[in-house]
Amino acid sequence: MTIALDHGAVDQQASQPERSKRIGIPKEVTSGECRVAATPKTAKKLQSLGFDVLIETGAGEQAEFSDQAYRDAGCQVIANAVELWEQTDIILKVEPPAHHPELNCDEAELVHSGQTLISFLWPAQNTDLVKQLAAKQVTALAIDSVPRISRAQKMDALSSMANVAGYRAVIEAANNFGRFFTGQITAAGKVPPAKVLVIGAGVAGLAAVGAAKSLGAIVRAFDTRPVVKEQVESMGAQFLELEFAEDGTGSGGYAKVMSKEFIEAEMALFAEQAKEVDIIITTALIPGKKAPLLVTKDTVELMKPGSVVVDMAAAQGGNCEVSRAGEVYRHHGVTIVGLTDLASRMAGQSSQLYGMNLYHLLNDMGGSEGYTVDFDDEVVRGALVSHEGQVTWPAPNPEKPAPPKAEKITEATDTADAAVDTPKLSLPWKWIGVAFAAMGLIGIGVGAPPSFLSHFTVFILACFVGWQVIWNVSPSLHTPLMSVTNAISGIIIIGGMLQISGQAMSPTVILGAIAIFIGTINIAGGFLVTQRMLKMFRK
Amino acid sequence: MSNNLVAVAYLVAIVLFILSLGGLSNQESAKRGNVYGIIGMIIALVATALSSQLTAYGLLVVAIVPAVAIGGLVASRVEMTEMPELVAILHSFVGLAAVLVGLASYLGPDPTLVGAEETIHKLEIYIGIFIGALTFTGSVVAFGKLRALISSKPLMLPARHLLNIGLLVGTVILGVAFMGAEGTEGFNYVLGMVALSSVLGIHLVAAIGGADMPVVISMLNSYSGWAAAAAGFMLSNDLLIVTGALVGSSGAILSFIMCKAMNRSFFSVILGGFGQGSGKGGSSKSVEGTVSELDVNGTIELLADAQSVIITPGYGMAVAQAQHAVSEITQLLTKRGVNVRFGIHPVAGRLPGHMNVLLAEANVPYDIVLEMDEINDDFPETDVVLVIGANDTVNPSAMEDPESPIAGMPVLEVWKARNVVVMKRGMSAGYAGVANPLFFKDNTQMLFGDAKANTNAILGRLQESETSAQPKLATA
Repeated sequence: MTIALDHGAVDQQASQPERSKRIGIPKEVTSGECRVAATPKTAKKLQSLGFDVLIETGAGEQAEFSDQAYRDAGCQVIANAVELWEQTDIILKVEPPAHHPELNCDEAELVHSGQTLISFLWPAQNTDLVKQLAAKQVTALAIDSVPRISRAQKMDALSSMANVAGYRAVIEAANNFGRFFTGQITAAGKVPPAKVLVIGAGVAGLAAVGAAKSLGAIVRAFDTRPVVKEQVESMGAQFLELEFAEDGTGSGGYAKVMSKEFIEAEMALFAEQAKEVDIIITTALIPGKKAPLLVTKDTVELMKPGSVVVDMAAAQGGNCEVSRAGEVYRHHGVTIVGLTDLASRMAGQSSQLYGMNLYHLLNDMGGSEGYTVDFDDEVVRGALVSHEGQVTWPAPNPEKPAPPKAEKITEATDTADAAVDTPKLSLPWKWIGVAFAAMGLIGIGVGAPPSFLSHFTVFILACFVGWQVIWNVSPSLHTPLMSVTNAISGIIIIGGMLQISGQAMSPTVILGAIAIFIGTINIAGGFLVTQRMLKMFRK
Repeated sequence: MSNNLVAVAYLVAIVLFILSLGGLSNQESAKRGNVYGIIGMIIALVATALSSQLTAYGLLVVAIVPAVAIGGLVASRVEMTEMPELVAILHSFVGLAAVLVGLASYLGPDPTLVGAEETIHKLEIYIGIFIGALTFTGSVVAFGKLRALISSKPLMLPARHLLNIGLLVGTVILGVAFMGAEGTEGFNYVLGMVALSSVLGIHLVAAIGGADMPVVISMLNSYSGWAAAAAGFMLSNDLLIVTGALVGSSGAILSFIMCKAMNRSFFSVILGGFGQGSGKGGSSKSVEGTVSELDVNGTIELLADAQSVIITPGYGMAVAQAQHAVSEITQLLTKRGVNVRFGIHPVAGRLPGHMNVLLAEANVPYDIVLEMDEINDDFPETDVVLVIGANDTVNPSAMEDPESPIAGMPVLEVWKARNVVVMKRGMSAGYAGVANPLFFKDNTQMLFGDAKANTNAILGRLQESETSAQPKLATA
């Protein structure tokens, strides 16, 4: 629904400056990788930025996009991979460059000087690759290093892929689970709903919560960051909490490593839950570290036979002690899903999302005509790993931790309290007020004549009656309240009426008459307009 | 009519007035309440007219009949969007009447009063006239601002607090001189005081900006009540005292509710000058992010998929006169089974309860128009929120950013809904001068343009799809 603003994309197409930049989409060579860096739809979007899009034949085949579909979208289909790499200015890929089985060389050797490569690169793990790219004078952007700031959300491929993977994790779990997710009452008896525990409520975790919930399961989620509680609950899941005060909020939307005591308490909680739940989905990752161990062998063995554990962190060492990366197998009657290619298993969907992330990144870099590598653009700078022969990773000024919302809210309430006190003198003022009121009352008691006192009594009591009555007035009727009080305060004309019977044309009489005139406008106008308004209120 | 009978009639009138205000506790009893008020007023006036103190019936008729006609005419003609102006000008009338009654009372002294009673009587007159004059000029300025005859921007004179204090001190000095004067010799002092308090009234209200008007109007409402009560004291009339006290406390409560809804103290409001970025650590942090824009079609698509919709109108809806289109959209959506409700912030509009009256006028049933506290918990389960011409009342920085000038102000938590469509003319900040991070939230989309044009366009499309959907339904 978002209408992205294509900055001047239209004029660029119209005027066709020099030669358009050419984007190449090679076929992924990593085995088991079904995704592709551009779908026919995103290829079209790229063309709207002024790029020419070249695609290797069969690149989209695994994701169910035919060469013809790309041709229809205006792409040029190239049969030869080497030619594609040679002819293009920008290469968009999914996986980092890897060994090409058919050409029997590494993709990193196919890039040429001055070419831009955008893909997942994992620069922290692939330092050699980054050096190699830098040596070849390649401008390389690691889409996985796009900073997690709000402006860059539309380029955040990690989140888009995690979203797909989280959904797929639930589907894999359902596939390996022998019962309904949703509870049913059938003629043949009652079916209890499945209970799903999602550990780690990041993007993937929340996607899993949403998918499991919409299949009808009872979903619980756990996260070390209390901030996400609200998000979890907003998706209809129950947020499990430890009786333990430690905030696990780290930087960039990830959690940090927790203390030993915390982890023990956490493990105990999981062991407790394992006896009860049917499905555990773990998504806990800590950037640059091995995935934390959350579900031990013992915990798995506590689970009911037929239960399923999906370890989404299997590739990073696994959150589950017994998970095996890339495998689905049974341990002690529990199916352990350690698939590492969850996003790739939904290649059509994830290619589309990934392609849009790349489109937004290229749009941010200026499209075809204005294409620049801007070191001042924190998104580009964050993703840039090599440029003009230099390794440019990691980017300076590592981003600050995402502001923990929870703290903010407490601060906000604190200041709210403070704001109430802002008239700094409020407390002394109060006492001064009380003192004055007391003195005033004593003064009245001593000095005032009885006639005044009786009026004064009436006045104070009337104030209290008014106070009580008005608090009961419905806020939606505040406007009629104002107009009706307006009307009845026109009662002041009684003052005028009592004064007009004196000597004709004396100032008192004239003033009184004018007062009656004005006050009567008030009475008539106020009551009538109130009546008119009240008539409009209908059920 | 004997004095005792008059007193009893006044008592009946008082009871009816209280019932009249009490009736406003809900919509059903409100109409009856208004009738009680009218009956009470007639009883009071007839009793006064029949009392021994009144003989000049000719003059009475001459004063009352044209006034009733004028009042009736104005009341039947006024547009609901103009209610704030009407209320303001009616307040000014009460103020003016109080001044006149006070002056008349001073010029026609009661010879029976002596000693302390006389002193108190003079003091009552002085205070009554002071409040009356303040109410009068203040209300006139408020009227001017609401009518846009005067700029609604706060007037910021350099030494404005000193000026206020100076005027008050002058009033007290004149008051002392007035109390010392014999007979009606103090008349010039009173006139001087009227001048001072008039200037004070003008200046106080001129320093207050447009969106603080709900507070100002309720405050003036309160003053007009106190002015009537003061007149009651000077005339030893309990009916006036009670009525004035009722009205005075009503206005005071409204002011209190409005101030609380803005999380500001009464003094900070009436001393004026809000939203000028003065002090308060600058205007919070700058908001970063991208704004996604939406067109009418996009809004229709969102509405088509929605199960529950909440509309949060603000003053912008009143300005654009979009309430009728909004009401029809509501009816169409409700017919389709969509749960449409309204969320009203207490200070939305320029008058307490202003939005409710506008929506009622446009035939929106009042049971789907909810207060902020009633609806705030429902936003997370809401598919689409339409924000029409509201800004500060839906600003998340009130809760999220402690530095913000509006921090702690209760707001409609629209951003918790799945989709938020903000109808707004442009990206300008609201009255408080605070950037609104709502516009940059991922689930927020902006529908720029005039609210009336946009709501009409949405309505048009909805009606089209309604008619085109009809045959399908028939076959199904």
